[in-house]
Amino acid sequence: MSNRHIIHLWGALRPFAGGALSISVEAFTIRELFRKLSELHPGMEPHIKRGVAVSIDGKIYRDQWETPLPPDAEIYLLPRVPGG
Amino acid sequence: MSVDSMNPDLVNKKFKIIGTRPPRPDGIDKVTGRARYGADFTMPGQLIGLVLRSPHAHALIEKIDTSKAEKLLGVKAVITSKDLPDLTGGDRGMFDILENCMARKKALYDGHAIAAVAAVDAATARKALKLIDVKYKVLPHVTDVDEALKPDSPVIHSHVFTEGIEPAPTKPSNWNKRAEYGHGDVDAGFREADVVISRSYKTEQTHQGYIEPHSVSASVSPDGMAEMWVCTQGHFVYRNQCATLLGLDANKLRVTASEIGGGFGGKTHVWAEPLALALSRKANRPVKLTMTRDEVFRCTGPTSSTSVDVKIGAKKDGTITAAYAELRYQGGAFPSNWAEFGAMTSWACYDLKNVKSVSKDAIVNRPKCAAYRAPSAPAAAFAIESTVDEVAKAIGMDPIDFRIKNAAKEGTKSSYGPVYGPIGIGPTLEAAKNHPHMKAPLGKNMGRGMACGFWFNFGGQTCVDVNITPDGNVNVAQGTIDVGGARAAIAMAVAEELGVAYENVRSVVADTSSLGHNDMTDGSRGTFSSSMAAVFAARNAITVLRNRAAKIWEIPVDEVEWKDGAAHAKGTHHGNRTPLSLKEIAAQAGNTGGPMAGHAEITADGAGVSFATHIADVETDPETGRSLVKRYTVIQDAGKALHPSYVEGQYQGGAAQGIGWALNEEYVYGKDGRLQNAGFLDYRIPVCSDLPFIDTQILEIANPHHPYGVRGVGETSIVPPLAALAIAVSNATGVRQTHLPMSPPRVLKSLKSK
Repeated sequence: MSNRHIIHLWGALRPFAGGALSISVEAFTIRELFRKLSELHPGMEPHIKRGVAVSIDGKIYRDQWETPLPPDAEIYLLPRVPGG
Repeated sequence: MSVDSMNPDLVNKKFKIIGTRPPRPDGIDKVTGRARYGADFTMPGQLIGLVLRSPHAHALIEKIDTSKAEKLLGVKAVITSKDLPDLTGGDRGMFDILENCMARKKALYDGHAIAAVAAVDAATARKALKLIDVKYKVLPHVTDVDEALKPDSPVIHSHVFTEGIEPAPTKPSNWNKRAEYGHGDVDAGFREADVVISRSYKTEQTHQGYIEPHSVSASVSPDGMAEMWVCTQGHFVYRNQCATLLGLDANKLRVTASEIGGGFGGKTHVWAEPLALALSRKANRPVKLTMTRDEVFRCTGPTSSTSVDVKIGAKKDGTITAAYAELRYQGGAFPSNWAEFGAMTSWACYDLKNVKSVSKDAIVNRPKCAAYRAPSAPAAAFAIESTVDEVAKAIGMDPIDFRIKNAAKEGTKSSYGPVYGPIGIGPTLEAAKNHPHMKAPLGKNMGRGMACGFWFNFGGQTCVDVNITPDGNVNVAQGTIDVGGARAAIAMAVAEELGVAYENVRSVVADTSSLGHNDMTDGSRGTFSSSMAAVFAARNAITVLRNRAAKIWEIPVDEVEWKDGAAHAKGTHHGNRTPLSLKEIAAQAGNTGGPMAGHAEITADGAGVSFATHIADVETDPETGRSLVKRYTVIQDAGKALHPSYVEGQYQGGAAQGIGWALNEEYVYGKDGRLQNAGFLDYRIPVCSDLPFIDTQILEIANPHHPYGVRGVGETSIVPPLAALAIAVSNATGVRQTHLPMSPPRVLKSLKSK
């Protein structure tokens, strides 16, 4: 089973991927995704440490890094939004 | 325990307690004065702390001489930034918090803390402040967001280079970040349009306006043990931040939260707390530090002032073909992301083929901005919704039908990226269209406006303990601050699960030494996440109760079920036993295994986005420019209203704050960069006599990621009012209102330009 995903990047992350709007990464969980992003695009690591939200098929995860990335899922990386 | 393992989506309960309106547990204390707010704590040997603040908007601090103050009889400690060394380990965000709490080389805004004293009484502390000699070199300043972004603006931080632009800049500036969201081809979309309308908008800076000023009492012992009693939206986060800034172990700093007299995002940041701890550590005495109203305005987090350009293209059939916005927000004297969040929310209500939002975050010589209820969304919605209204009129379409035609729905690709699941914007619009308010006649000089709003909502780290008392009642310890009724809602959830009366359950906010970490009460997460944890903790308690009943009956636990507040034996062998009530099981706890409890520690993701539609009727006096709100209706999706009265209160509170933002409230800075109206006499929030009864309609479109279907409700209700009122005043006056607040002088000026 292929777990290669298209990961859509928000603007702040794109410079670290050569300006790409999205990149292809093979990962089974959010944790693995973040680890591979840090390895492949080291400039993203400080953002990941500060906090990145992951939208998987429209549901936004902020903290549950063990969450699986289903095949063919729509995945967006987004900034962690604060609240009032 | 993971949320998914609790299988929340399969719960299909018929509620007995959820959805009812029991009395609030803090009600009597609050109306009789028993409730203890931040300033109500007093400790033996307590000193009074006061802060010396910069009178300049931007200045180098050349020298601070505290020697005279230190010699004053009754002064026990004087601190400057030297007493708060940088322990942040390269974390720029934490360093900004440190620098905001106490200026280091420069004063960055009027009111920036320069030094602090602790003395035996307030009079001595005030005298000591006057004895501190500070030599400043005044620097050029900038307080306006658009001015700050100009190339010739005085640069506030030499280390800030704009993020998000290519090529990377080689010179520092006040433009700390650019971001972009959207999809499609907006240029092509505008070419398809029959009508294109562009407008520019401004909003002035507002404060959350909570009635209770910040107050903290801190006590640091020589052995490194510390305690802090504080008014906050997140005592665990305050603990963690203060421990980092002061070099304390988090477990040695015990923080107890007081009742909270309003926060709305303004009590999510530490301000005076590290100073109180540093003073206490230096004086070796407890220190109480309570801000004045002047200080609250000058140095705690207001929201951004903004400048927004919007362009919308539409076909005559009502289809929006392209939407563009550039949003410029100032975040105060430190780098921020507020404009970016505005860009994310700006077009979220709509299903758009071609959409683009560009954000520019700016640094100015104003206090560091804090979140304010759905932060950044209201100003964006003001600009977008006002233009949506104008486009609808330009093509001759009813604005509500225009919105319904273009509303986002399940499956829509949101303007900030993801595809929506089940959402409530369409139903709120339909409810607005069918609401009697929309059909009510308007009088002379009156106008009606309606607008939509969006907010993300989120969950986060949350703990709840459910403890069964020996007499068979229930104590709940929660870690999220109760800002809007969470204690009642959580007690209701536990009562619902256990099958006991609400009156038998008491929920309290536990201190930081009593529970695991809990995130801040923000992002409309308090009730959403804590009620989820409470349900799971109660279910775990039920497992314990079934085990204890099995022991009492001497039967296998899988032959015991829990229903209606009692253990029931089942099966042919034991089914005829009389059920054991919670009280009967509790009475035998000592010899069935000891204390009985249920716990839950969760990360409550899956909050579900939130939408609202508001309707406002306004009467504007053409001679004075004064606008009065005559009728107001809030329609919002709550997922499931645990306690409908609290939900209505959240809707009404957000609307009231939005009305103040739209009509009156603004920070007024002089040419010297100093705040001119740091008090409630000159910064006018709406009072009861300014407002009609705010009508509410709760929609319940269940959130599939909460065991009861709950969505957060605390923030979205502040998003639409700015636009709804601006459209209403525009309709009342015949002049499009593009600058908030619509104070009488500003409205009169607009009428003269008619």
